[in-house]
Amino acid sequence: MQYLGVDLVKPKAAFFDFSSCEGCQLQIANNESNLLDFISLMEVINFREILTGGKDDYEIAFIEGSITRDDEINRVKNIREKTKILVAFGTCACFGGINKLKNKFNDIEWVKKEVYGNYPVETNDKVLAIDEVVKVDFYIYGCPVNKPEVEAIVQSIALGREFRYLKHPVCFRCKEKQNICLYELGKICMGPLTRAGCGARCPSNGNSCIGCRGPAAEPNIEFMKKIMKKNGFTERQIRDKFELFSAFKWEK
Amino acid sequence: MIFKTISKKDFNKFLEILIENNNFFAPQKIAKDKNKKPIYDLREIKNIGDIDFNYDIIKYPPRRFFLPYREVISSFKIENNTWEQNIGYETKVPRVLLGLHPCDINSLNKLDKVLLLGDYPSPYYAIRRKNTFIIGMDCEPKPFCFCRSVGTHTVQHGCDLFLIEIGDSYFMEIFSNIAFDFLKKVKTKDTTKADDDEYKRIRKLKTEKFSAKVDVTDLTKILDMEFQSDVWKEWGDRCLGCGSCARVCPTCYCYGIEEKIDLKFQNAGKLKILHACTLVDFAEVAGGFNFRPEKHIRLKYRYYHKHRGFVEAYEESLCVGCGRCGQACLAGITVPEVISSIRE
Repeated sequence: MQYLGVDLVKPKAAFFDFSSCEGCQLQIANNESNLLDFISLMEVINFREILTGGKDDYEIAFIEGSITRDDEINRVKNIREKTKILVAFGTCACFGGINKLKNKFNDIEWVKKEVYGNYPVETNDKVLAIDEVVKVDFYIYGCPVNKPEVEAIVQSIALGREFRYLKHPVCFRCKEKQNICLYELGKICMGPLTRAGCGARCPSNGNSCIGCRGPAAEPNIEFMKKIMKKNGFTERQIRDKFELFSAFKWEK
Repeated sequence: MIFKTISKKDFNKFLEILIENNNFFAPQKIAKDKNKKPIYDLREIKNIGDIDFNYDIIKYPPRRFFLPYREVISSFKIENNTWEQNIGYETKVPRVLLGLHPCDINSLNKLDKVLLLGDYPSPYYAIRRKNTFIIGMDCEPKPFCFCRSVGTHTVQHGCDLFLIEIGDSYFMEIFSNIAFDFLKKVKTKDTTKADDDEYKRIRKLKTEKFSAKVDVTDLTKILDMEFQSDVWKEWGDRCLGCGSCARVCPTCYCYGIEEKIDLKFQNAGKLKILHACTLVDFAEVAGGFNFRPEKHIRLKYRYYHKHRGFVEAYEESLCVGCGRCGQACLAGITVPEVISSIRE
């Protein structure tokens, strides 16, 4: 296929899931209206959710989820050796995500009992983001990832063109939707600190931004904490927002 | 200028005619804030009963009806190595905006200077401006309004009709012959001496009610002198770089263009998106170089465009004193405070 006389790149792609809900991979199969066009941009050769079997000669590997077991460490290292480009796909892969909440507790046995009861479970003491184990070439943020953004990124690969991430916070896109600021409605919101690109989906539906895409390029974190306090939110409420996806550092 | 009075009952009849034949936008209650205070914005109205005449301010400026946040300015159909370009200016049903305050009407006049009367007039803007019938309404100054300081608290032109409430009637200033002709369909009266006196009394009362002030005397020169001032750094430390100020500003017109291609590679378009000078990626160019990497400098240039550059070019400020940017700013950066800190 060509665009304006230039041949398009059609990479061999693979999708892999680690500790996650697999919701980000499911997003790939969403948006049926242009699904076939989207899938035809890549030669998908390994994707458990939509494909039986799978090959190992992929050039681009999309990694969903975080690393919670030793076998996962070996598996992701193995993928890194085989692939040219490794993409951290979704918030868990990029930052550790919800899974990483575990790292806040010192007593792993207590955590296991609290979550799984007496059910035997194999899990490491600490959860790792993908880039804490192997080199990551590109990050796709979001819980789940935003399909239109994924489409634009994959299209950039096909065109051999740089994809420019939005560097500013969600507020800019939220105001474009002419929403009423959630602070004005008395709610806490991570929008002023979080990287835009989601179309401000949560605040547009009356829900606070929970910072799933991680920090914008230059977040004014310390001053925003003061603003949150001034708006009547407790340190605990603010900290919960910061730490939900392990994307924002709480300490200075 | 032609002055008339119209009873509220006859004015409602007039609105009904307008609603029937146009896309009609008027103030409506859209939410309540955390203190249970209602928030109003312009919404499309089908019934006259849906209009909320008790509105105080319109949350988002009317700029969006003329200069949308994003629009495809040109689309392309691509076949093999050739393409066909399509530029479609919007020429649909005429539009009516009811309830614009003087600041917002003046904001459109300022945009006109750049987008209609400038060196490169925008046909996209022009078609919407010509296609929109504007009814302005007088307002009660809020604590954050400083339009009087920048001379935009009265309307000289820029709308078709301007209304001032006098008891059960409206005192009307008729600005366009379209408005004059339209008004022949309903009953209006010539103004009396008593009406004129009441008009003057109300206007005088309004002028006395402004509490927020900005001293713009010699401001262009003072801004030049204070270009290196540390005060900018202090404001920059607070700035969240979120661009909310530009999103709620009635006069911001800076934009970026993106190329969009569909996944079939058969259709493409140039997408124009209004930008904001305080964003970190505002002045980033191909290759990644950023002409304005520092936050406080970006904020400074925002003030220099509004209060210095534009004044030199057009002999008036680009700020209309609506105070929306200060209200939207979570960090509490307001024009009156910034300007006064620079003057000190």
